[in-house]
Amino acid sequence: MKQKVATTINGERREHEVEPRLLLVHYIRDVVGLTGTHIGCDTSQCGACTILVDGKAVKSCTMFALQAEGRSLTTIEGMAKDGQLHPLQQAFWDEHGLQCGYCTPGFIMAAAYLLSENPNPTDDEIRQGLEGNLCRCTGYVNIVKSVKSAAATMGGATAKAGAKSAAGRS
Amino acid sequence: MAVTAMIGAKIHRREDPRLVSGAGHYVDDFTLPGTAYMSIVRSPYAHARINSIDVTAASKAPGVVAIYTYKDFAKAITGGIPVAPAFVAEKKQTPNRFPIAEKEVVYQGEAVAVVLADSRYQAVDAANLVDVNYDQLPAVMDMEKALDPKSPKVHSDGPDNVAWDLTYVPDDAEAMKEADVVIKERIHQQRLSPTAIEPRGVMAEYARADGSLTVWMSTQIPHLMRFYLTLGLGLPESRIRVVSQDVGGGFGSKGYPQAEDYLVTAAAKLSSRPVKWIEGRTEAIQGTPHGRGQFFDVEAGAKKDGTLVALKVTQYLDAGGYVGNLGAFQGVACLLSGGAYKWKHISARTVGVLTNRVPTDIYRGAGRPEATHLCERVIDLLAGALKMDPVAIRRKNFATEFPFTNNFGLVYDSGAYEKALDKALEMVGYDRFRKEQEEGRRKGKYLGIGLSSWIEICGIGPSAPTAGATGGIALVESAQVRVFPTGSVSVYVGTHSHGQSHETTFPQIVADTLGVPYDSIELRHGDTAEGPAFGYGTYGSRSLAVGGMAVHKASKKVVDKARKLAAHIFEASEDDVVFDQGQFYVKGSPDKRKAMAEIALASYGASLPPDMEQGLEAVAYFDPPNFVWPFGTHIAVVEVDPETGDVDLQRYIAVDDCGNVINPMIVDGQIHGGVTQGIAQALYEEVVYDNDSGQMRTGTMTDYLIPTANEIPNLELDRTVTPSPTNELGVKGIGEAGTIASSAAVINAVCDALSPFGIKHVDMPASPDRIWKQIQQARVASSNGEEARK
Repeated sequence: MKQKVATTINGERREHEVEPRLLLVHYIRDVVGLTGTHIGCDTSQCGACTILVDGKAVKSCTMFALQAEGRSLTTIEGMAKDGQLHPLQQAFWDEHGLQCGYCTPGFIMAAAYLLSENPNPTDDEIRQGLEGNLCRCTGYVNIVKSVKSAAATMGGATAKAGAKSAAGRS
Repeated sequence: MAVTAMIGAKIHRREDPRLVSGAGHYVDDFTLPGTAYMSIVRSPYAHARINSIDVTAASKAPGVVAIYTYKDFAKAITGGIPVAPAFVAEKKQTPNRFPIAEKEVVYQGEAVAVVLADSRYQAVDAANLVDVNYDQLPAVMDMEKALDPKSPKVHSDGPDNVAWDLTYVPDDAEAMKEADVVIKERIHQQRLSPTAIEPRGVMAEYARADGSLTVWMSTQIPHLMRFYLTLGLGLPESRIRVVSQDVGGGFGSKGYPQAEDYLVTAAAKLSSRPVKWIEGRTEAIQGTPHGRGQFFDVEAGAKKDGTLVALKVTQYLDAGGYVGNLGAFQGVACLLSGGAYKWKHISARTVGVLTNRVPTDIYRGAGRPEATHLCERVIDLLAGALKMDPVAIRRKNFATEFPFTNNFGLVYDSGAYEKALDKALEMVGYDRFRKEQEEGRRKGKYLGIGLSSWIEICGIGPSAPTAGATGGIALVESAQVRVFPTGSVSVYVGTHSHGQSHETTFPQIVADTLGVPYDSIELRHGDTAEGPAFGYGTYGSRSLAVGGMAVHKASKKVVDKARKLAAHIFEASEDDVVFDQGQFYVKGSPDKRKAMAEIALASYGASLPPDMEQGLEAVAYFDPPNFVWPFGTHIAVVEVDPETGDVDLQRYIAVDDCGNVINPMIVDGQIHGGVTQGIAQALYEEVVYDNDSGQMRTGTMTDYLIPTANEIPNLELDRTVTPSPTNELGVKGIGEAGTIASSAAVINAVCDALSPFGIKHVDMPASPDRIWKQIQQARVASSNGEEARK
């Protein structure tokens, strides 16, 4: 028996009738049609499906769509504002923090939550803050750099890494 | 050609704005109206006879469209999944592998039936209702036991379990006699799951009206997939279109045809519905071929002064239940077992063994990580036996004259091995570390340092040695360059990026060759409906050294035509026309210029030379004269806790040489990722099966340990540049280098740390459990020794 679920996704109100067993990630991808949130495992290990639920990072495969009733969700598609990339998106671009890009939305969402809790993390804090997300391409080195650089852009007190111009040469 | 601004520049990636915005298009992001979802019923057993398949209950489940088994697919698919000769042209047996089991399953996870339903969930629900009746058969899991003629068979009707047994160079008993010390070791290479974070996936639509098939898939080889599907489905190649947009990692596992590629496309044809299948993670770990799965028996000898004398290698390779399409490629480990060194004699034999596990196939490095690991371990074991510094024995034996022909006749194109070693030693502070290590040991602190002076063969490949690779197709590469009348450029390539950044780096090459603005060039790939007739794909670190050269070559053809036209316009001899930075002019009159864009417009006009056709575009196929041979030295520094067996990887230094660099940021990124996968093999990852039942114990990411950001230290990178003489760009490959180098560096460091215990070799993964046990055994052995001396 389908039931109604009403949420706000990226600032827009959404309402659908869904099966109670429908996972939130499948709801976002297959029903709402926001395919930037990805699926990489069946067991909530990889973090590719990470979104923000009321500002907190959540692996959207660990919730049923119905559990999101009345919540405010942010997916990767909701990060850029007025055609401007979010500082984290810009930093992943600047620091080569992605290769195949499949895990990237999850990392950016997890990092967004990390920086909201700790605007000025050390490298170790970044590593620990992202331990719920798996990347197979980058070896994490440039992901850590990206988050550090975004923290600086976003006004972290002492972070030093400055974002470099997108077309600069070394 | 002037090498201008773009080659060598750190250009940020064009791929990224869409990928960081969630606007990429991976295969599961496509859905067609009326799509039926496929769920696959797989064997729960490693080896069993199928008595019956009852689909009665499943057929009645909500949303079910169709259920197909072997007998349905037998009408739609001809033959089995092909097996390439790779490095073992003569095989003893390659059991025919139809994409779905008929009477017998030979590994856990083999497909038995497929269910199509209106939704993903309904397909899985119904698949659970398919009732397959099996008789379990003995599972053949141990390679040595499998080789016993009395062993049960992997295929109950097979003659034995030997897939191949090939001696590349026979053993010479005399060779070892010159050695003053001889070491022997068995070196294991555990099975690894490639684990691209995007699982595999296929969606297919068959248009009955015109008999055309469109296939969207996550693949490294769009054109080769079209070729294989033509052979398997009996459709003309011209009626099949393979589309592959963004691909979420591959590491080899999306570089050869697999059962589901045939099942999905055939099911689309049988059902007249678009069909989509997206692999689950457990399906991936169980059913997508594994990498490695080998052990090597090695024996090596050296003279007192450290001169390498002889190496004897026998590779036992767990092929799995069938021989993988490119599985025998891993035999290349034998041919590179001598590494960067001069050996008087090397003998090598490879034995492919069938077992009741999923087949093994190419995974990042494929055969070359194994070669480096065994060679660099052997060098350290010999250094230990000779009480020689591991640096000194390497220096003494490096190949120094290039081209260098190795013991198997392979020709290393260029190298400067000692230079990379020196740089890495300087970065790590080798002498200072040895002092710290000495002091540490006195305080019970077990520090270790490990070197890996690696080489590899890549840039696959010249047509002659790869001609038979896939049904007669040599693995060269193609590109097409089109200059439009207003001067913008589209480039089509046969390679296909799954993270390698071709959209960024190939236009860098085109910009310099054509002398047109980088921003005016667009790269297209991953759609067989566009570009040259055939492409060969991305694997074996070939995209730049072969595909990049095809791009360069096609661009030069465009320049050649443009020069002819410029000469005509200038009313000058072609020999007098200078082409510099995208501008044509007549020698001596540099102020009267025509830019490439102006020539492009003219090429579509009326005033052409009499023998010239309109247009400015060219197709090129590049057939490299040799493979390319990158190299470098990696150094790992570890501390091992003797009480817990835990390895703390404290530093990792990588100095690599891939010839000329197109984009240093991309090269560093490839090394980061590659090194991480090798560290993962050295310390964490292993596909584990129960050796009696053949049941997999590591079927999820909970048990199969992909490292997180916590496990990987900051990687310290530098490079040397020794251009390749093999191609005009002077480039080599870098996609697999990190993985090829790193497991040996880490394990050598672990062994160095444990040397005070008398431990000489540690297998992978060097888990706390394994190391702790080895330390306990060493302690017992040493106290027994003391007892005996009393």
